[in-house]
Amino acid sequence: MTLKFIAAPMALLATCALAWSEDAKPNDAQIAHIAYTAGQIDITAAQLALQKSKNKDVREFAEDMSRDHKAVNDQALALVKKLHVAPQNNDTSKALLKQANAKEAELKRLSGAAFDKAYIDNEVAYHKAVNNELENVLIPDATNAELKDFLSTGLKIFQGHEQHAESLAQSLK
Amino acid sequence: MRRTLTLSILLAVATCAAAAPDAAETVRINVDKLRFAPAEATVHVGDEIEWTNGDFVAHTATARDGAWDVALPVKGSGRIVAQQVGEIDYFCRVHPNMRGHISVKPK
Ligand SMILES: [Cu+2]
Repeated sequence: MTLKFIAAPMALLATCALAWSEDAKPNDAQIAHIAYTAGQIDITAAQLALQKSKNKDVREFAEDMSRDHKAVNDQALALVKKLHVAPQNNDTSKALLKQANAKEAELKRLSGAAFDKAYIDNEVAYHKAVNNELENVLIPDATNAELKDFLSTGLKIFQGHEQHAESLAQSLK
Repeated sequence: MRRTLTLSILLAVATCAAAAPDAAETVRINVDKLRFAPAEATVHVGDEIEWTNGDFVAHTATARDGAWDVALPVKGSGRIVAQQVGEIDYFCRVHPNMRGHISVKPK
């Protein structure tokens, strides 16, 4: 079960990385779209957790995710506007969304402690996968210096989330 | 005359310094791009420590031992007064990769 949760985003990541290495590198408009989509996905997951969970720590974590990812995405929108870049949908964004929808359906069927554990385990795996993508694909491939710098700050924020989720996962065991 | 005046001013200054419990300093720590700067600070008992958050996300400065938990809203600040001598590790609860340390020395 746990293995499946972790394996899925990892497999997705491998697919994305592979897809990009075969095709052209993502351009800035696609990179912005991927980063924004990844944030929206985590906000949606947080909203589900706030509907379903009664665990104080899990709810606090979900509130942090919702607030932080919204702040990052607001900032991202302001930046692309300033740079006159129109975020462009792409295969990585589509794959992320497809995967997230499947995960959401799975989480919706759970409740109580089982939900809490599955949500937090997925938050660990999801942040790991997105952080890998940021660190190894999106940041190196971004050509605009401001976008690169912004994504680097985003990565630090999400690495914080990953650590937070990890310690929460430990405490839910 | 002039000498008396100077002396009395000096006395007044000396009295104030001795009497004022708030001769304490404010030590400022900036939060920028998920870093406490400086990450290591040395203060004295009675000093105020003030964190100013320049980031677009909210942070906290939370003592590892649970002694204090300061909210640092976006573009806002938070403060504590160093109460006792000690070595304090702190971090941000939302982003535990943000870490800092404060050495509190005797007054
Ligand atoms: Cu923080």
